[in-house]
This record gives sequence, structure tokens and C-alpha cells, in this order.
Amino acid sequence: MIEAKGLTKRYGSTLAVDDLTFDIRPGTVTGFLGPNGSGKSTTMRMILGLDRPTAGEVLIGGKHYHELKHPLRTVGALLDAKWVHPNRSARAHLAWLAASNNLPVQRVDEMLDAVGLTAVARKRAGSFSLGMSQRLGIAGALLGDPQVLLFDEPVNGLDPEGILWIRQFMQRLAGEGRTVFVSSHMLSEMALTATELVVIGRGRLISHGATTQFVDGAGGASVQVRAPRLDLLTAALREAGLTVTDVATPPAVRVPGATTEQVGELAAAHGLVLHELSTVRGSLEEAFMEITKQDVEYAAVTR
Amino acid sequence: MSVLAAERIKLFSTHSPWWCSGLAIVIVVGFTALLAGTSSAEAGPLPFDLIGSFVQLGLMIVLVMAAVSVTTEYRFSTIRTTFQAVPNRTLLLLAKATVVALVAAVVGLVAAFGAWGAAVLLAPTGSLALDSPDRWRALLGAGLVFAVAAVLAVAVGILLRQTGGAVALLLVWALLAENLVRLIPNVGEEIQRWMPFVNADHFLTVGVGDEVEAASSMPFGPWGSLAYFAAIAAGMLVAALVVANRRDA
Repeated sequence: MIEAKGLTKRYGSTLAVDDLTFDIRPGTVTGFLGPNGSGKSTTMRMILGLDRPTAGEVLIGGKHYHELKHPLRTVGALLDAKWVHPNRSARAHLAWLAASNNLPVQRVDEMLDAVGLTAVARKRAGSFSLGMSQRLGIAGALLGDPQVLLFDEPVNGLDPEGILWIRQFMQRLAGEGRTVFVSSHMLSEMALTATELVVIGRGRLISHGATTQFVDGAGGASVQVRAPRLDLLTAALREAGLTVTDVATPPAVRVPGATTEQVGELAAAHGLVLHELSTVRGSLEEAFMEITKQDVEYAAVTR
Repeated sequence: MSVLAAERIKLFSTHSPWWCSGLAIVIVVGFTALLAGTSSAEAGPLPFDLIGSFVQLGLMIVLVMAAVSVTTEYRFSTIRTTFQAVPNRTLLLLAKATVVALVAAVVGLVAAFGAWGAAVLLAPTGSLALDSPDRWRALLGAGLVFAVAAVLAVAVGILLRQTGGAVALLLVWALLAENLVRLIPNVGEEIQRWMPFVNADHFLTVGVGDEVEAASSMPFGPWGSLAYFAAIAAGMLVAALVVANRRDA
């Protein structure tokens, strides 16, 4: 439903989005994962035609955003809950949105009801808490009953109750066969919400596939081995078709996806002495950091 | 039509357009009433041109209202929500300019006729009869001038995107720059004749007074002046549309 082809955005000398190509399918929640500043919001703005791509294009159901006649009926989006005039009432905010896309006024009241804002419909949007603003934004996104939904960091700053509400909401929308594309910088959140994942770092695509696959690949167990002859051991492991990564301190190697039995037997067969043989489970966040390490734009410099 | 409806809801669902419109009318009518009510019969009949001076003051407030209707959209990023709902930026901004211009026209008409009515009611003696096409033009024309000025202010708002800059530019331009330009040696007066607000004023005031006026040194007659003012506003709006279409929202 959403297809990006070689999507690129350059601001002066910074490449914010670099040759992104992906496909977002309907009926699932697709997570858009990346560290802060990796180009997620820029990508979403380009999907909505707010920013012009430097190169490439992005299509929604085969069309550019500006070709959609009443876009709110096709794509609903919540990029920033604060994009509301603080002195306009919640109801007036939805009313002008509805009018702009020829939607009936009763949709406004239906949506206020659906997100639980009926009681404060005539209050100034500026007096809303973040959670309420977020709900108003979601009401705006759902106004046109769209088949495609985009949410940019929807759970940022919400309390646990709000997070749960949004998570279930998105899964329900996907369950109805809609395309749901939601960004986050937290893998743990995405692991709970999204079935598919598009992972980016510094504007580049890092991985695109099922969440379970990414989580297994990224956060799955690996075997840590220390040995006096690491070089020989590494060669033996690689010969057996295993992936080996070096650990600097203490000098050791890690073998993702292997079992301690496998590595122990292999060492014995080659007559090698082992000083440590253990299973290491990295947290998802750690694994994610590991994978996107080179891609964090504003990494703290440690000396 | 749906875009016009959306822009109308937007404009009237915040306080500032109401306040600005009300203030413009109250100031024009109120000051005229004050002057008319306190003028004495011995000082001679109340001149018709007086109304025009206060209408000018109202025009400044309408400039602010029109510019702010755009700059608040940038200030609160609702311009993004708006472009999301209506990706055709040209259509959208034309609709916005139309709605603001219509409101400005109504404000101009109510202010001008309100001021005239107050003057007729309150002045002990006055030369206020609507007995010439020039005088009808002075009152009805306020609607046109306010509408055109609103379009110009909307264009400036789109180009500058921030309230302080847009309002400062418009007021300094209309109130100061066009008067001070006359001080430039040799060419100043010639340049002043081509200034947009000077032409708008010319359209509203020429032939209104009681005395026979000296031959005008303006490049156009009253309607020509209005057309010239409108052409400048249209030119600025086109520039604003080109920029808005190119820019990232």
C-alpha cells in the first residue's frame, strides 16, 4: 500500500534520507524503527507530500499523495499532536478537517466519541494534556475512515495506560485490513506492536522484514568463548559455517545462533583448550544499539 | 467549495479575527463619532474627507488580521495539517486569501458606512451628503480596498511566515515608508506616486472634498489607481504561491 522507491532527502550537505526502498503491506502493523534523527519523520513527511524528495518517490496505493482527491479519505496521519491551534476547540479543529475533505459533520462527533473526547469537545485544544492531544490527533487521522494510517512516535511521553490504549488501537486498525505504519525509536515498543519492521539508521535502510526475524537476529542468544588460541578457534568455527564476531575485552569471540554443545564439541575435535564457554543473551535494546551503532548521528563521544 | 468552507471554519473558530474585525470597525466608527459629536458649528461643516482618514486607520488593523491569519498557521504548524488535508497548495492558499478578503471587504463596508452614519447623526453641521459618485466610491470603495489589502497581507504572511516580521513590514510600509519616500531628493515624489497604498488612498479620496482640487499628479485616475493596487497585490500573491509550492512545509 505504501511503496518507497529510492527515496532520498538532502538538506544542504546533510543526507537525511538516503535511497530508501520499502513496501508496507495492508493488514499488519509495520514498525518504522530507528534512532532519533535517523530520518523517520522526514520520510513520513515525504509520504504525506509535505517535504519534497530530492530523489526517488513514494506512492500510496500507486498514487503520489498530491494526486489523491480527498487525501484524508485514503491516508490518515498523526505526525505531531501539537499541530493544532491552541485557541481552537477540539470540535472546530475536526470540523475544518472534515469540511476540507467533504466529510459529513457527524463524522466529527463519531470520532470525538471514539477517542473519548466528547466531554471536552468545546474546550481549547491548547488546554489539553499530551494524552488528550494525542487522542485528538488520532481522531483527526481516522476522520476520513482511511485505509492507510501513519503515526510518528505515537507513544512518546504517554503514561502506561495511554501506551496500551494506542498499541491496542493500532492492532485493531490493522486487524480491519488497514495499512498501519508507525515509527518509534524503541525496539521494545515495536516488538510488542509491530508484525513487520523497517529499520533505518542515518537515513539508510538497515533491515526490512518480520519483527520476530529481526528480534531473533538482533537479540537472540550467542555463545561466548574465551580460549588461548582464539585465532585457531575462530578459523575452526568459520570452517564449520558459523558467524564469528570479536569481543575486545576480555579477548573473546561470540558465535551468534550457535549452541554451547556445538562449540565445545568443535573445540574438542580440533584439540583446542577453552577458558570460557557460555551463553550470552543481549537485551533487545542492546542488540538494536549494536546493529545501528555506526548509524547513530549524534552519538556521544566517549574518551 | 469544500476548501473555502474549511478556511471559513478555521478563520472564525479562533478569537483574533473577531477581535481585529471588531476593533477595526469600532475605531473607525468611534473616532468619527467622537470628532463629529465634539465638533462645533462655528468651526464650519464637518468635512467628508475626515471619514477617509479614520478608514485608513481601520485598514491597518485589517492588514494585521489578514497577515496573522496565515502566520499563526506557521506558528502552530497547522499549515502542515492543512497541506495534508489539501495537498493542492495553490488552491488552498487562494481559498484562504478569498475568505480573508471577503471578511475584510465586509469590515471595510461596515466601517465606512458606520462612520458616515455616525457623522451624519452627530455632527451639528456637515457636508456629508452622498451627492456625488466620488463620495459613493469613497464609501463603497472601502470594501474593495480592504479586500485587496487583505490579499496583499496574506501574501506577505505566506512569504515571511512569522507574525512579528509580517506585521512590522506591513505597518512600516503602509504607514511610514510610503510617506518617507517623498523625502528622497529629486525622485522622491515621483516614486511616491507609484506606491501601492498611496494609490489605494487616491482611489478612496480623490474628488471627495468640497473644494475643486488641483489637477492630480497621480499616474492614474481613481479606478486606475485601484487596478494598480490590485495588480501589485496579485503579483505578490503569485510570488507567495510560487514560494509556498517550492518550499517544504
